[in-house]
Amino acid sequence: MENKKDFLDWITSIDRKFIFAIIAIVVLIPILLGIQEEVQISPSVNSAYRTIENLDSNDVVLISIDYDPASMPELQPMLKAMLRHAFRKDVKVIMMCFWPLGLPIGTQGLEQVAAEYSKAYGKDYVNIGYRPGDRAVMVEMGREIRHFFRTDVSDVPLDSFPLMKDIHNYNDISLVVGLEAGIYGDYWVQYVGSRYNQRIILGVTGVMATQTYPYLQSGQIEGLIGGLKGAAEYETLIGTPGFGLTGMAAQSWAHVAIVVFIIIGNIGYFLTRRREKRFRVEGRR
Amino acid sequence: MKKQVPLLITFLTGFIVIVSFFVPHRPFGILETQVLTWYAIIFGFTMLIGVDSLIRLHVRKTQRRKKGWWYSIVFFAGFLYCFVTGVISLIRTSNPFSPGTVFFYGYRTILIPLQSTMFALLAFFIASASYRAFRARNIDATFLLIAAVIVMIGRVPAGYKLWPRLPEVANWILNVLQMGPMRGVMIGIALGAVAMSLRLILGIERTYLT
Amino acid sequence: MLETISVWIAGGLTLCIFSFLYGDNPIYKFAEHLYVGFSAAYWLIYVWHFTIKQMVINPIVAGESGAWLLIIPLFFGVIMLSRWLPERYSWISRWSIAFTVGIGAGMVIIGQVQGYILPQLKATLLPLATGSWKTNIDNFFIVIGTVTTLTYFYFSRREKSTMSKFSRIGTAFIMIAFGAAFGYTVMARISLLIGRMSFLFGNWFRIVKPL
Repeated sequence: MENKKDFLDWITSIDRKFIFAIIAIVVLIPILLGIQEEVQISPSVNSAYRTIENLDSNDVVLISIDYDPASMPELQPMLKAMLRHAFRKDVKVIMMCFWPLGLPIGTQGLEQVAAEYSKAYGKDYVNIGYRPGDRAVMVEMGREIRHFFRTDVSDVPLDSFPLMKDIHNYNDISLVVGLEAGIYGDYWVQYVGSRYNQRIILGVTGVMATQTYPYLQSGQIEGLIGGLKGAAEYETLIGTPGFGLTGMAAQSWAHVAIVVFIIIGNIGYFLTRRREKRFRVEGRR
Repeated sequence: MKKQVPLLITFLTGFIVIVSFFVPHRPFGILETQVLTWYAIIFGFTMLIGVDSLIRLHVRKTQRRKKGWWYSIVFFAGFLYCFVTGVISLIRTSNPFSPGTVFFYGYRTILIPLQSTMFALLAFFIASASYRAFRARNIDATFLLIAAVIVMIGRVPAGYKLWPRLPEVANWILNVLQMGPMRGVMIGIALGAVAMSLRLILGIERTYLT
Repeated sequence: MLETISVWIAGGLTLCIFSFLYGDNPIYKFAEHLYVGFSAAYWLIYVWHFTIKQMVINPIVAGESGAWLLIIPLFFGVIMLSRWLPERYSWISRWSIAFTVGIGAGMVIIGQVQGYILPQLKATLLPLATGSWKTNIDNFFIVIGTVTTLTYFYFSRREKSTMSKFSRIGTAFIMIAFGAAFGYTVMARISLLIGRMSFLFGNWFRIVKPL
């Protein structure tokens, strides 16, 4: 009886620092041991992959960096994986950004992957940078990109790049890829997809993922990549492992640990409730 | 001047945006291009309001030697470092935000670790909250709990190892079971947003002018 | 050398923030204020480069037709800052706010109706008797989930009506949606922690290969 009470006390009052320590350990061990996990491909990521896979060489993809370092571990692997896929197929890339703090990491990712595939700036890819005014920019780019972006990020006129010569609006862009940590994914769908019939795929953080599924079912987006798991799936599909796949074991272990904590919390809750009920019955007697 | 002009500006700008959607030709199309460009520039300036208020707050704290005022000195140190490296990079290069500039060096050294670690902290707190608050108290809470656990486990490799069909179940919850209610919630929000926007354009809702 | 210094400072700052796990403390506050100060100046550089220089100065200097009109938004932008002045002058900032509110409201009406409400309602009008029982079940849950959730929003007040029964089902569906959102949010937060851990032990301590 005494032991049972001790157990109940323990499981109902685990110190939060103990929980912190367990989470740190379960994330750290797979990283230190370099454990690799395979992932199952979900239909939404597969359709995102197929969309880029079905593009022709010289088609143009517009990638929007709508995140910052706070969501970098989730979205940067997606950016790199999709850039690798696009550059392998000789698809041209225009990069832009709506999150001010995200431009440098987006630029870094673009430059790194472009160097891997020996792509030339201005011919194979262009970085047009940031503009304030999100929805206004999106709508106006449907008329003429130059209304907002006369130059690239470094003040070089867009017309001086061979890639940009014949690109004026969404009619000249085959696909928009939004990498989203906030509301701008919705804006891309609502203001560009619906208004200009632009094909869109979205890569979103875990926080944004569930509210993006309605767009997938309605056909407003052609693919959805959600969180680090989505990035790992995309890396699997293109056959180039990156941060997504390497982090999957730690992700998996941490999720199991949290579920175990939820179960412990609930066992404690039900045992306490049963004990209270028993006390009440005994008290009435 | 103080009330009527802003109300007129709101009405006209809102009107131009809506009308030019239905009549994208002259003169509305061109007018929309113009106001959208102006909007973006004004929107850019809104960022400065935040910077301005932060600087005022910390100047006041430092002047009055309020408790913890030396943290305001840290604020100004961070501010000055970023500002000076930013200006140097602006002078030296045409793109201060590209890898290789002194500005980018500070961004990578200071901003990335600070911002990303702040959000990484939440991993610990969400784990602690899961243990403390995630209880099957009633039927609704049980639905919440079961959906969360299936998505959590089904979306990672452990779920597949546990039961190979668990990822399919998780995908089904995401694509079907949660998709309907999420759509319902979002349609509810959208209807509310449209109603509020109409009130703003028609000048019924005026709280933004106070 | 510069690279090493960068990694050491970044590693140190990472630990400063993690120290919050032990409780609020001066080291954490130091890092927090450094972050806010750095970000504030970053915004300034940003506004200068992308808004003032690229959107206003460059077109005017290049002598583009109609560029002089850009003085108008510049004026609106500057007067927005007058909100910190005494009321005698600060009222003028409302003009800029009114401008952004008007455009924003117009945009919301078009975007939400054309881009969300109509296509999402259309996507909910699904057949419930197709050749495939799996599709039938899926469609049934999508329709019921959407309709009952909307019912919950608009008819939850009337007790004991037929609608309230629907809205009760809506509550259950909403709970499932929130549960799924929570599950995904856990994934997001853990991913960020993995990012920092791999930085500390990969880039800084170099115990494992940097990811």
